[in-house]
Amino acid sequence: MPIPVSAYLLVSGLLLVIGVFGIFSNRKNIIVIMMSIELILLAANLNFVAFSGALHDMVGQVFTMFVLTVAAAESAIGLAILVIYFRNRGSIEVEDVTLMKG
Amino acid sequence: MIVQLVFALVSLVLLASAVTVVSARNPVHAVLFLILAFVSASVLFLLAGAEFLAFILAIVYVGAVAVLFLFVVMMLDVDFAALKEGFQRYAPVGALVGVVLFGELGLVALTWHSVAGAQAAIAYPMPAGTTNAVALGSLLYTSYLPLFQLSGVILLVAMIGAIVLTHRDRPRAKRQSLGRQHARQPDNTLHLVKAELGAGAAIPAAKTQKETL
Repeated sequence: MPIPVSAYLLVSGLLLVIGVFGIFSNRKNIIVIMMSIELILLAANLNFVAFSGALHDMVGQVFTMFVLTVAAAESAIGLAILVIYFRNRGSIEVEDVTLMKG
Repeated sequence: MIVQLVFALVSLVLLASAVTVVSARNPVHAVLFLILAFVSASVLFLLAGAEFLAFILAIVYVGAVAVLFLFVVMMLDVDFAALKEGFQRYAPVGALVGVVLFGELGLVALTWHSVAGAQAAIAYPMPAGTTNAVALGSLLYTSYLPLFQLSGVILLVAMIGAIVLTHRDRPRAKRQSLGRQHARQPDNTLHLVKAELGAGAAIPAAKTQKETL
């Protein structure tokens, strides 16, 4: 007996809400913000895979693959920016980044 | 029955570890719980019938992305206790937004239904008799080949960007300069001196680097 798609929807909805809550509550720590973004993308992937399994359509899994690619590229670039920001300023407080407005 | 039990258990582990990721005091713990969340999600992928993506998630995400996070967290010497201090202040707003968002998602989920022709409109139905990896590969390398190549280009651009961003040019480093090496002439560096017998030779001063160019 397969798992109903509504169960997947519940889990991924909760995961997305936890990720959004993480972005709002860790305003200063950009590492936790990026991990929350990873959680949100994971929730989206879970939805894609659940519907792909429920509808027996392969396109959802193909799209999940592309989302994984973009997420990996995003986190690599984000961490690189974080490293050079820390090298220049000695802290990673996101509230200081607005100094770059000039 | 056992499948439902595994699903419930793994979902609980996934949500609990996600909560720990956003609320952990020590960011190293947060990254480790992020790894646990990814592993749990890959089990959920397995239960939904996407074996290849489950292993991709476990290998690429846990093996590369999460370890990249762990590496950055451990490399940067940051006072993480100071970064955590706004949590009490921002948490109510975050909880409010989360509750509203979950309510909206719930409204969408409650009123959602699939239309009558949805089953007939499936673009690429799962082929019977092959494994998930074969089905995914035969789709990725035929119909989705341009997009697949484009995602490879995205990864290449990300790699070059990360290298260019974090590369530090050290001015004192000694390195080979091919142009200068090829422009060098023999009389820049070589002097033939006719030495008188018993008198020795006056050696001309060595040319500096600027003169030779």
